[in-house]
Amino acid sequence: MWRDNLRAIYYIALKDMKTYYLKPPGVSWGVVFPITWILAFYLRAPGDFRELVPGLIAMTILFSTTAAEAVVINFEMRLGSLERLLLAPVTVSAVLLGKILGGAIFGLMMTGIVTVGSIVVLGVHPHILYLSIIILISCFTFATLGALLCVFVKEVFEAQTLLNLPRFIMVFLCGVIYPASKMPVWLQYISSLMPLTYTVEGLRGSFAFSPAHIIFKDGIILSAFLSLFVFMAINRLKKKFE
Amino acid sequence: MINTIEVSELTKKFGEIPVVDHISFAVKEGEVFGFLGPNGAGKTTTIRMLTGLAQPSSGKASILNYDIQSEITQIKKCIGVVPEASNLYDELSGLDNLIFMARLFGVARDERGNRAEELLKTFGLFDRKNDLFRKYSRGMKRALTIAAALVHKPSVLFLDEPTVGLDVVAARSLRNLIKNLHAQGTTIFLTTHYLEEADLLCERVAIIVKGKIVKIDNPKVLKDSSGEGNLEDAFIKITGLSPNVMVMEKGGGYNVAR
Repeated sequence: MWRDNLRAIYYIALKDMKTYYLKPPGVSWGVVFPITWILAFYLRAPGDFRELVPGLIAMTILFSTTAAEAVVINFEMRLGSLERLLLAPVTVSAVLLGKILGGAIFGLMMTGIVTVGSIVVLGVHPHILYLSIIILISCFTFATLGALLCVFVKEVFEAQTLLNLPRFIMVFLCGVIYPASKMPVWLQYISSLMPLTYTVEGLRGSFAFSPAHIIFKDGIILSAFLSLFVFMAINRLKKKFE
Repeated sequence: MINTIEVSELTKKFGEIPVVDHISFAVKEGEVFGFLGPNGAGKTTTIRMLTGLAQPSSGKASILNYDIQSEITQIKKCIGVVPEASNLYDELSGLDNLIFMARLFGVARDERGNRAEELLKTFGLFDRKNDLFRKYSRGMKRALTIAAALVHKPSVLFLDEPTVGLDVVAARSLRNLIKNLHAQGTTIFLTTHYLEEADLLCERVAIIVKGKIVKIDNPKVLKDSSGEGNLEDAFIKITGLSPNVMVMEKGGGYNVAR
């Protein structure tokens, strides 16, 4: 049974990559949008662009992983293609995990391009292991967040609208542009409830060669968010087919 | 003869409203069984419960002696389902769609390509195998959807309104295919609004109205017992449904007469 499920997770992710992710709209939303956004902030307040790199990577993770989840889940739900997957001898969890894996791999690809580009062009030198850990866990966490929000609605446009709310709140409150530590205390409490805070903190730590325990703390908190989102998304999808 | 599908007191409620209400029937091995009823009668909900897409509120059902609630994964390995909508992937070619389905159903790696090509030939789609699904005509999409349900050689096939939207020629070739599958021993569970089609294909039909089965029998027996010459008239008589007639009134406008 677990073999059937693992096989399904892999092939669903592969199919989603081919069918949805590696298309111009996905790439532009995943990479062009964060770069444009960060550039806009840089032009408003020019300084050392290298300081914005962790924020740029965090935004790329956030937007690339969540961008296509709305399409791969809600579009397929509407067409009935998701039901077709559920007619295969695999569990609901396997189908959803396949969708999440596709989003996470796409996020890793886009983030990889932006990260390598930043390292080569700007000459920044992060701690590669720490950076990789944070990027990997973050990609899965935000792909799952995208999936979680998408299973609550039916239409693609509803999912996109719903996704924009946490996305933009997190961009402003989680230290992407403005360090969370410099915000009022009550806003810091709010930002501590958001996973992007730990992505940004982990990424900044990777570039600043912070002590390992700080990076691992961020990794563990992100993993806890990931587990919670997976649990909630699977339960919600199961309920849809009761 | 062994029963392939056994349904006992199966019920599905949405809130307090029963959509499928304590239905019981059995489908014999190798039989073509028609499940007929007006829109909203509970046909699709029944198929969804039998194929694991919906949970019953109460009652029991089994397919090939596997329980639909506790052994649904075993069931899914043995059944093929053709839903009402042709819901394959627009951005994959016909061949890639079938190979993807073969992968999901665990068809051995060295058999997938051959099986997909064999089905494409059977359905007359081989020459268009590399075309994207979205470029197929409606009939071709329907044919590929059915091919996708057969990729793992199921012994039971559920067909939900298989000929809806097809032209006469495509519908006829689909009916011929159903006959061929039947001749090969596949058990077929068919829902259709085309009663002539049910009459032509089914050995027995169940008529479901408002979630309850009102009659199960051979189409000929149903026609004879209701004193009607065709299944459509027999169906109308059995269900007690009368067709609305739109009558044009003097001076324009329409009125509904019964």
